[in-house]
Amino acid sequence: MSGTSLRVLVVDDDPNLAEMLGIVLKKHGFEAAFVAHGGRAVSAFREVRPDIVLLDLMLPGADGMQICREIRQESLVPIIMLTAKTDTADVIRGLDAGADDYVMKPFKPDELVARIRAQMRRVESDHPETLAIGEVSIDVAGHQVSRNGIPIPLTPLEFALLVALARKPRQVFTREYLLEEVWDYRHAADTRLVNVHVQRLRSKVEIDPEHPEVILTVRGVGYKAGPP
Amino acid sequence: MITTRRSGWRPRLEGVVRELRLRARIAARATWRNWRRSLQLRVALITVVVTGAVVIIVSVILFNGIRSQQLTAKKDAAVSQAQVGVQYASNQVVAVPSGDPRSIRETLQRTVDELLTRGGSAGQFSIVMINRDTPTPLTQPSFAGLTPALPANLISMVGDGTQAYQYAIMPTDGGPDVPALVVGAPVPSQSGTYELYYVYPLDREQRSLEDIRSTVVVSGLALVILVAGIGALVTRIVVTPVRLAAQTAEQLASGQLERRLPIRGDDDLARLAGSFNRMAASLQRQITQLEDLSRLQQRFTSDVSHELRTPLTTVRMAADILHSARDDFPPDVARSAELLQTELGRFEGLLTDLLEISRYDARAASLDAEPTELGPLVEDVLAAAEPLVRRADAAVHLTLPDEPVVAQIDPRRIERILRNLLLNAIHHGGGVIEVTLAANKTAAAITVRDHGPGMDSDEVLRVFDRFWRADPARSRHAGGTGLGLSISREDARLHGGWLQVWGRPGQGSQFRLTVPKVVGVELEGSPLPLEPKAATDDPYDVVAGPIGAGP
Repeated sequence: MSGTSLRVLVVDDDPNLAEMLGIVLKKHGFEAAFVAHGGRAVSAFREVRPDIVLLDLMLPGADGMQICREIRQESLVPIIMLTAKTDTADVIRGLDAGADDYVMKPFKPDELVARIRAQMRRVESDHPETLAIGEVSIDVAGHQVSRNGIPIPLTPLEFALLVALARKPRQVFTREYLLEEVWDYRHAADTRLVNVHVQRLRSKVEIDPEHPEVILTVRGVGYKAGPP
Repeated sequence: MITTRRSGWRPRLEGVVRELRLRARIAARATWRNWRRSLQLRVALITVVVTGAVVIIVSVILFNGIRSQQLTAKKDAAVSQAQVGVQYASNQVVAVPSGDPRSIRETLQRTVDELLTRGGSAGQFSIVMINRDTPTPLTQPSFAGLTPALPANLISMVGDGTQAYQYAIMPTDGGPDVPALVVGAPVPSQSGTYELYYVYPLDREQRSLEDIRSTVVVSGLALVILVAGIGALVTRIVVTPVRLAAQTAEQLASGQLERRLPIRGDDDLARLAGSFNRMAASLQRQITQLEDLSRLQQRFTSDVSHELRTPLTTVRMAADILHSARDDFPPDVARSAELLQTELGRFEGLLTDLLEISRYDARAASLDAEPTELGPLVEDVLAAAEPLVRRADAAVHLTLPDEPVVAQIDPRRIERILRNLLLNAIHHGGGVIEVTLAANKTAAAITVRDHGPGMDSDEVLRVFDRFWRADPARSRHAGGTGLGLSISREDARLHGGWLQVWGRPGQGSQFRLTVPKVVGVELEGSPLPLEPKAATDDPYDVVAGPIGAGP
């Protein structure tokens, strides 16, 4: 990915904010594409094939959540919500729709760029490395997760979360630690971000998400990987 | 030995008595509770008692009336028959020579036989006629055994020459002893002392009186039961809708606003139900209106939030780019970029605080409580404020208890309160700031003490008011939105906690946050005192002293 600049799709109805975002993104070496109307967001996504999506939740034409769900159905590309809503319930709903992270308006440019970079950060592995939790095997270098040979598609963030847990089996991770390690948050923000993503990851890798065997909850502390 | 035995059974007996007394008291209390709670039971019982009393009084009067009337009639008839008999007997004995027992006996027998054939309105009777001229009186009863049963009282009265009657138990001819009316009279005669006794058995009267009595008792009982039943039924007819209304009112109170009472007929209860339903409808309308208003307010807040935040984001990013490039600008433009950046920060803070407080006003704030250890939370807030503390040339002394303090709190809100209190202490106090955490069984408390200029009583009262500033000249420099403490107080209230302040001019001030360890538990006191133990000029006195427990 070095060499070619990353493509960012900005879905926002405010032309001034979009232009400003464009300036900031360009300044940080990203290539930006814009779509102002919610109804055209998904088709623009197919056309642009972006590496990451910045999505405003309040849009004319279509609901931001709906767009989020539609994009998530056909792609694992990271989605960051831009939200003006401060109610945690709205944030949780956005995450449930498939977003990986959120940035609360008004945000500082550096903060936004840091969020984007955190999402784009791949799990690095110099040598072939294979991890396993139960029946789930993880090919770190190949970015592949499978259960009994059947591949499980994961977003980069879900993959990073799973690898972080699998690399240190038996260790219990606090939500704050995971937030720092996987999301790159320097100060503990909303730990519900972790809860939502663990639930989503479980719905993909567990046989029965109600009785998880891959990602175990340690009450009052956090999470740990199941036995390999 | 004796004493031990006594001390053995006495306590046992006392125990039994105590137990019995306790049980009696429990039963009495249960009855009293039922009595107080059930209108139906009360009405039925009162009806039974009142009706019972009335029935008993009426029955007694009625029964006594009937009895005395029957007996009087019987007595009158008996006396008049006896008088006729005496007249007849007097005529019979006039010619009988005294001292001739044979003829006396014959006369007695003839007279008695004759008198027995003469019936009267007094019903069945038997007769005894006596001649007392011989040492052994000559008697002529209608049947054997009658004479000795005559009451002595009556005999002596008749012997004194008066006519009299008396009730007594008398034998019957071949039957059992029965109550009877005995009328006795002297038979006036020149030739000897004759007495005549009429005995009227009262068994028939007694039987009929017993019949009447049992009829009265049975019908009285039936009446009482009937009236009690009617009372219970009538009360039930009245009470059932009232109970239904109470139940419906409870459901309304618990939030089921669409509940209504059924209306049947056109009577008072139907009117009650109608009024009740109108009241419920009016309540529902008003509550719905209020809910709509609140929803509108929340929508408005949310919309304002979004509408303001989007342009602010653009401005913020533009200002950031200008700010980062300020070195290339001429000095006044560069300074302008700096001011723009700072003021934007203030503007953002103000917007956030305004939205937060309007969320409280719209009652849209919710508590996301989770068990949290307070010590690390306080340390985190202090660590984050460290640069500010250093810049203000202040120092913070933290006192934590030995045991970790865990409480069900919304960490975001408690952090915000602490941050506000700490910033407040830095801006208005400076110097040494003491932060203390303590807990008891039910509550946790944090105090933030500063040794600044302090506050007078008027300022203490107003410190939580919105946009109120203790010192207008200083606060502008200090920054802050003027809403921090108002929001903090609302945050504390949302936890069911207290945020209080103590202050004295020249002695600094102390804020105390108290929250229950478990959400929903009412606070009874605080583990830390509101007033610092030693409010002296030397701040280290306080730090060095033991941390006070108790309220």
